[in-house]
Amino acid sequence: MEEEKEEMKKSLVLLLCGALTAGMLSGCGSDPAAGNNSGDNAKNDKVYVYNWGEYIEPETLKMFEEETGITVVYDEFETNEIMYPKVEAGASAYDVVCPSDYMIEKMIQNDLLQEIDWDKIPNAKKNIGAQYFEQSEGFDPGNKYSVPYCWGTVGILYNKTMVDEPVTSWSILWDEKYADNILMQRSVRDILMIPLKLNGYSANTLNEEELEVAKQALIDQAPLVQAYVIDEVRDKMIGGEAALGVIYSGEAIYTQRENPDLEYVIPEEGSNVWIDSWVIPKNAPSKENAEKFIDFMCRPDIALMNFEYITYSTPNEAARELIEDEEIRNSEIAFPDLSQHPNMEVFNYLGEEGDELYNQIYKEIFSN
Amino acid sequence: MKKLYISLIFLFLYAPIFTLIVLSFNASKTRAKWGGFTLKWYFSLFENEAILQALWNTLLLAALSALIATVIGLVACIAMQSMKKKTRALILGIANIPMLNAEIVTGISFMLLFISLGVTFGFGTILLAHITFNIPYVILSIQPRMKQLNTSTYEAALDLGANSLQAFFRIVFPDILPGILSGFLMAFTMSLDDFIITHFTKGPGVDTLSTKIYTEVRKGIKPEMYSLSTLIFAAVFILMLLVNHTPRKKEKS
Repeated sequence: MEEEKEEMKKSLVLLLCGALTAGMLSGCGSDPAAGNNSGDNAKNDKVYVYNWGEYIEPETLKMFEEETGITVVYDEFETNEIMYPKVEAGASAYDVVCPSDYMIEKMIQNDLLQEIDWDKIPNAKKNIGAQYFEQSEGFDPGNKYSVPYCWGTVGILYNKTMVDEPVTSWSILWDEKYADNILMQRSVRDILMIPLKLNGYSANTLNEEELEVAKQALIDQAPLVQAYVIDEVRDKMIGGEAALGVIYSGEAIYTQRENPDLEYVIPEEGSNVWIDSWVIPKNAPSKENAEKFIDFMCRPDIALMNFEYITYSTPNEAARELIEDEEIRNSEIAFPDLSQHPNMEVFNYLGEEGDELYNQIYKEIFSN
Repeated sequence: MKKLYISLIFLFLYAPIFTLIVLSFNASKTRAKWGGFTLKWYFSLFENEAILQALWNTLLLAALSALIATVIGLVACIAMQSMKKKTRALILGIANIPMLNAEIVTGISFMLLFISLGVTFGFGTILLAHITFNIPYVILSIQPRMKQLNTSTYEAALDLGANSLQAFFRIVFPDILPGILSGFLMAFTMSLDDFIITHFTKGPGVDTLSTKIYTEVRKGIKPEMYSLSTLIFAAVFILMLLVNHTPRKKEKS
């Protein structure tokens, strides 16, 4: 009896070990892409790309693979804030990442990025407009770390059938005529930017008095607001559920196509201009492949394909020339002349204390 | 009154799913406009390699992790059976803690553990994490069956000349099979719809449906996802019909 029990135990242990190894083997075997991702044994035929979801024409990745023989291991993130800890913790080493302006500044400050060798990326300086490098100086002084990929502005989308006066100023969002017909963005920086700009302050201010004014303005506005939303602005505006909505320019073209009554303006007080740029993290397994990838993305034909897929404005002037549809090529929404809008600002990284201050104010607005 | 109550419950349960199914046939990309009936999202779904790969990963993960967790959970239950009551309660308690733990805590702990061990993130790390969080559910569904088990049948089989493995598979196993199956299904479902733990343990280039859908949030979820969800719902629905009808037929015959 006792012996047999012992035997049963043994065979069970064996079974267990078998199952475990089988699990490990199948785990590794079924995914060759996950192997060899650490710095020292990186193979030279792969490039690890970490980009926003739905932020590239998949066909361009295939073309890159065919032309260079480098396999693209492609990964996606939802927000800058989710991307940051993954890159910082070094859980996976990426060659190329595409964060937004203020996040790039934070990564530079925390020493997570490598300087870009512009000679290795000839297409960048050749094709990308000078004004975008100028704007990039705001978060990447000296243009050392980032290559602009997509950009846009924040403005007001309004329904011409519901708003009969010309929209020129952020102040219309405080007009009681449009009570319950206003959509605001549910994001700290975007929402605070509006009253700050309206009052002539910087969207990156750390002055507590200015922030207090902005906070009070948003609290006063709250009864007029139909909803604080993220991406539902699109569908709600297309469906005519609201008269005015704060939206990104990239979405504006799409919504206009679906509902011709919609019009997009950048208010005269100025607004936020955002840029998503390619950067190379410090722990990139292959800087060489990263540079090849970025250079490929800056080629006019590739940038054009991506613009048509994403519909967010491209900083690639050569690609813009190739756009066949004249209306889009000269669109004031997709390609506003930034010199006509003198008060445009990129968001800066505010530091930990600054972030906390903004989050505190944001909470106070919504607890009222 | 009762009927009204029940139909209200069903309305709440199924209205969202129904909306999704209707939208999957909408020719217009936006939910705000009905652009006519179309099947184009179903066709483009099967041309979208990224989504299909994510679907495959999800199913493979769920099947593998449920299978392995069931084996481990079963073995654990057998071991616990021969323990003293006090130790058994203690072990059971320890096994239950991960279930009560917040998912985000589990996810981050896994990430930190894998980093400190220097493991490469990829399919393997997600699988390990899923197996781990599945085990308690398996134990929870096998354990009560084990308790009801009459140990003398097992001993009788041994006395009648069966060796311990034979006795286990012929006598004990059929008795606890329902528990094992429900444990497996539970683990399968838990793995299928996990997002947070997968998110923290996944490596570049490996996506499951939940992580894939979540990355689409910024640019708006693609209608292909509606049609995929519709197909999954239909598959589960048909499966449920089959499961509920087969035993009745057996009983009749």
